[in-house]
Amino acid sequence: MGDSLRNSAVIVGVGESEIGKVPHMTGLGLNAQAAKRAIEDAGLRPADIDGLFTAYSFTEPYFMLGSVLAEYLGLKPNLCASIVVGGASPAAMIGHAAAAIAAGRARAILICAGENRATGLSRDQAVSALAAVGHPYFEAPYGAFIPSLYGLVANRYMHEYGITSEQMAAVAVQSRRHAALHPNAHMRTPIEVSDVLAAKRISDPLGVLDCCLISDAGGAIVVAHPDLAKDQRKAPAWLFGLGEHHTHEHLIAAPSLTEFGASVSSKIAYDMAGVSPDDVDFAELYDCFSIVPIIEAEEVGLCGRGEAGLHFAEGHAAFDAKLPINTHGGMLSHAHAGAAGGLFGVIEAVRQLRGECGARQVAKRDLALIHSEGGIMSSHCTLLLGRDRR
Amino acid sequence: MPFANADAAEYWRSAEKEELALQKCKGCGAARFPARHLCPVCWSDQAEWSRASGRGTIYAATVVRRAPSPEYKDMVPYVLALIDLEEGPRMITNLVGDGALNWRIGDAVRVTFERRVDGVMPQFELVGNG
Repeated sequence: MGDSLRNSAVIVGVGESEIGKVPHMTGLGLNAQAAKRAIEDAGLRPADIDGLFTAYSFTEPYFMLGSVLAEYLGLKPNLCASIVVGGASPAAMIGHAAAAIAAGRARAILICAGENRATGLSRDQAVSALAAVGHPYFEAPYGAFIPSLYGLVANRYMHEYGITSEQMAAVAVQSRRHAALHPNAHMRTPIEVSDVLAAKRISDPLGVLDCCLISDAGGAIVVAHPDLAKDQRKAPAWLFGLGEHHTHEHLIAAPSLTEFGASVSSKIAYDMAGVSPDDVDFAELYDCFSIVPIIEAEEVGLCGRGEAGLHFAEGHAAFDAKLPINTHGGMLSHAHAGAAGGLFGVIEAVRQLRGECGARQVAKRDLALIHSEGGIMSSHCTLLLGRDRR
Repeated sequence: MPFANADAAEYWRSAEKEELALQKCKGCGAARFPARHLCPVCWSDQAEWSRASGRGTIYAATVVRRAPSPEYKDMVPYVLALIDLEEGPRMITNLVGDGALNWRIGDAVRVTFERRVDGVMPQFELVGNG
């Protein structure tokens, strides 16, 4: 693996659509709005874009979503694909983009994701979306859906490592505090640990405030050859390291519920970047459920096993604390709309590295770790982004 | 009800007879679930079906309190569990029968069968807690 892609690409532009309940826009429209903002943020023109990656949509009935989005945007890229590894899709797309740029296949690749999931789903579509990740023959017929599958993960992880419901609640509370400082976040009303514990139960030990939002939202970034960033007004975010690891899709096939692919993907990323977890200044961790960033913080080496719950409960994940995590509010409070959830972590990291985050700006901003996972802790991708070439 | 495709037809035929059947690799001897064309351990494409003991232990479980769709409304709260079968493979099941809501990790379970309008589903119940 080595350092083959270190410094091979930079993120030069980021954009978010309107977020929340946005009934006046389609899923493709949300993507287009985010794309326009990202390209403007990059100081580029649409004609500069020669590659396009997107993921999937549960709300709109298109098969070749990458081609559909290119058509919608009026782009005619040399490279175009829909890449589907669940929530890890955007991070994985950045890896594919960097490899394509390094190989000379493209110079400026637009990565888009998002859906009108809050207002654009019929009831039947919502049900099939919730069941989509479970095995259709051997999991779904037992009434398994995404929250209950993560309930199983949480149950076993708590049993092994002593994570408590209060610690998981602290993850949701911290995310909400960060979201309150983000002008575009979906949910900004403060909550306390007692609110999370008293909220409607979904699937033990998860209550509704342990579960990510359902938003209308789109996100976009532009990944480019470093040469393109030379004359830009805004500082680029350098890709230092990335790693993927895939262990299963269905929970019944997971090798373990206490060790996951994130430990492998993060090691690949650290090795590529030539850094260690101690070097990370802040992290954006995929948080479809409150247990997940706890597991990820431990898997990627930011906390010892069984210690990440305390990291959140004791306030160390706050933007102005020891190791800030999910400084935009994550999917628990900022937005979740299909594959866009993971993309917002990348967008936030780029803005933090640039020092654009105002009231929630982290102090140390040289190195960001972003981890995304898809499925039921199935597909993992770790990114290391930094401020200066290294 | 699941579609009894070519990989798993024998599994569902056995369930109709209230038997839990597992594929066993003729190459390395590993039992596997779900059924498939080749062994994910050694890649042998030779396998045989054998009847499982139906005994296992709870690896993890959750009480589902909000129905995922209308047809589960009358069932909540119900227990979804990951079971480690004696033969090795892990399955998802419901825990049914007396005391199911009082499950604990490590509890012993045994297979039972639920007749639905369109087929028979393997399910599990707690041993000695009924």
